[in-house]
Amino acid sequence: MTATTSPWQRVLHHRLFWPVVALVVLLAANTVNRPSFLSIRVQDGHLFGALINLLKNGAPLLLVALGMTLVIATRGIDLSVGAVVAISGAVALSFIASAPDPGSITTVLVAVGIALALSFVLGVWNGFLVSVLGIQPIIATLVLMTAGRGVAMLITGGQITTVNSAPFKAIGSGFWFGLPVAVILAAVVFTAVALLTRRTALGMLIESVGINPEASRLAGVKARNITWTVYAVSALFAGLAGLMISSNVMAADANNAGLFIELDAILAVVIGGTSLAGGKFSLSGTLVGVLVIQTLTLTVTMLGISPSVTPLFKAIVVIAVCLAQSPKMRDVVAARRRRAARTPAQTAEVTA
Amino acid sequence: MFSTTKARTRLTGVLAGAAVLALAACSSGGSDGGDSAGGGSEGGGSGDLITVGFSQVGAESGWRAANTKSIQDTLTEENGFDLKFSDAQQKQENQIQAIRSYIAQGVDVIAFSPVVESGWDSVLEEAKQAGIPVILTDRAVDSEDESLYESFIGSDFVLEGEMAGEWVSENLATEPINVVELQGTTGAAPAIDRKTGFESATADNPNVTIIDSQTGNFTRTEGKTVMEGFLQAHDDIDLVYAHNDDMGLGAIEAIEAAGMVPGEDIKIVTVDAVKDGMQALADGKINFIVECNPLLGPDLAEVIEKVIAGEEVEKRIVVEDQSFTQEQAVEALPTREY
Repeated sequence: MTATTSPWQRVLHHRLFWPVVALVVLLAANTVNRPSFLSIRVQDGHLFGALINLLKNGAPLLLVALGMTLVIATRGIDLSVGAVVAISGAVALSFIASAPDPGSITTVLVAVGIALALSFVLGVWNGFLVSVLGIQPIIATLVLMTAGRGVAMLITGGQITTVNSAPFKAIGSGFWFGLPVAVILAAVVFTAVALLTRRTALGMLIESVGINPEASRLAGVKARNITWTVYAVSALFAGLAGLMISSNVMAADANNAGLFIELDAILAVVIGGTSLAGGKFSLSGTLVGVLVIQTLTLTVTMLGISPSVTPLFKAIVVIAVCLAQSPKMRDVVAARRRRAARTPAQTAEVTA
Repeated sequence: MFSTTKARTRLTGVLAGAAVLALAACSSGGSDGGDSAGGGSEGGGSGDLITVGFSQVGAESGWRAANTKSIQDTLTEENGFDLKFSDAQQKQENQIQAIRSYIAQGVDVIAFSPVVESGWDSVLEEAKQAGIPVILTDRAVDSEDESLYESFIGSDFVLEGEMAGEWVSENLATEPINVVELQGTTGAAPAIDRKTGFESATADNPNVTIIDSQTGNFTRTEGKTVMEGFLQAHDDIDLVYAHNDDMGLGAIEAIEAAGMVPGEDIKIVTVDAVKDGMQALADGKINFIVECNPLLGPDLAEVIEKVIAGEEVEKRIVVEDQSFTQEQAVEALPTREY
């Protein structure tokens, strides 16, 4: 980018331009279809509306995608997050269900503590496999991805565990200051991660590990510890997401809770412009990616798209966004435009 | 650098070795089971166990959990069965794999609840060639060749949809009502049939309009998410027809979150009658439930014994279903098994 590029061009070439366009188009389509889509009203002392639901349902995915962004930045991948989501929910609800007083805050806090601690331990295990034993991330986390749901099934005894506990319900469907608790929790985590990675050198260190682990080690970066940490953090976030998902319906479903959330999270990260090859990462990009995916899901219901073509509809939107973003595709389009213009002056301008 | 490569190679070797050992263990275990089972059926002695390979859809709902429990509690060693149970986690490829492994193990009977209706011909053909009888439970397959399975035990899903539709038509549709439908897993027999049954039973009542229909995948979470979308997309929903209780329970959460009263502002009709659903019915949050009896274990055991003894069995065994209103639910709850 030279100083001569106009602000418009800079916006156009920003890697988040197309994802944001997709998001705006989806929101606009919903608003055209249903003008009250964007309206938010106050009900029972808290905010209520499609956008609030969108944020609330997107909170777990955002948490998982945040962890995934950090892992991907170190050139890794974490396939086990969906299983961790299931385990976390299963542990918390089984504990609450067997506690003498399911409704007490202490019970819920202990349950949350156990679930998060276990998730963290699972992440440490993933990190150990990847950073100490040097197993490729996709294989190392595949172990837990397959085994994890089995563990969750063991915990719940193959049943869907349901409980009635007001404090636990607050995590997934409660409100603080008029906003969903889940959204506030996700926002706090997002801010914390953003501050830690962008206001300290941590973000740069993570990127350097992703770009070249050996070189960064020689430069004095503790590459192993950083890799280890991001897996632990990823699982911890997935554990929190699991609590939200199970609290949302007050049921721990070992088979379906967080099913394929790892793929949605990877997709969100990719839409957000973080390369799977590691290195530079974008947290705000991930946020946009999560919103695009979540809005897409809501759009299917809002526009009344038939369930049999839903996957196709989603695939078309995702492919369109990815194509628009890909540098190759942009070059092709730019070259076409150049050929069409044919005037040397304009060619010079574009290449500049 | 060299040493790490070496270490990695060694590790790979160890892992590969472990994998080979595990495979060997599996296959030897499998053939042992097959041998003893084969000996059992040849001898025909009544003291031998009948080996049954059962592939369950998953544990997607409370209904499924009750169904699994019924099968596991009936096909016990005391009753003369050796049950090999596997959970397909709602994926057809898992189920096909499980059935292939049962064929390889040489079980006496294979029983399964197909995740989806289509795509079973080749694996069922394999079972037929291996001489292993197949019994379908709960859900059907769309194979044209009926000789591929011995019998299909399960509820009539179309009838369930019709019962729901008739109740709605008689009790609620005295004035025009707008219905939203939460469908089951796309392509699954209960989803297709319950939709068809409901539509045909309400077709002659001009007051019933189905304004929207989406899949909630038989789960609470998706039932809730889709219902939230419906509530945003339509102001005038009078009734939710959910293909199972769990999606209905998810819808209740969404309706309550929107500040409305489930069962009054928006009526709910579901199918299944599992414990949580019956509780919601008794509490007045659901208006009507058509039962889908999950206790297939005893019927399955009887059919298996007949098939092994070489007796004729009926191709289609329909399990009787009843239905519950709110008052009936209050009465039935204390004595219900599931």
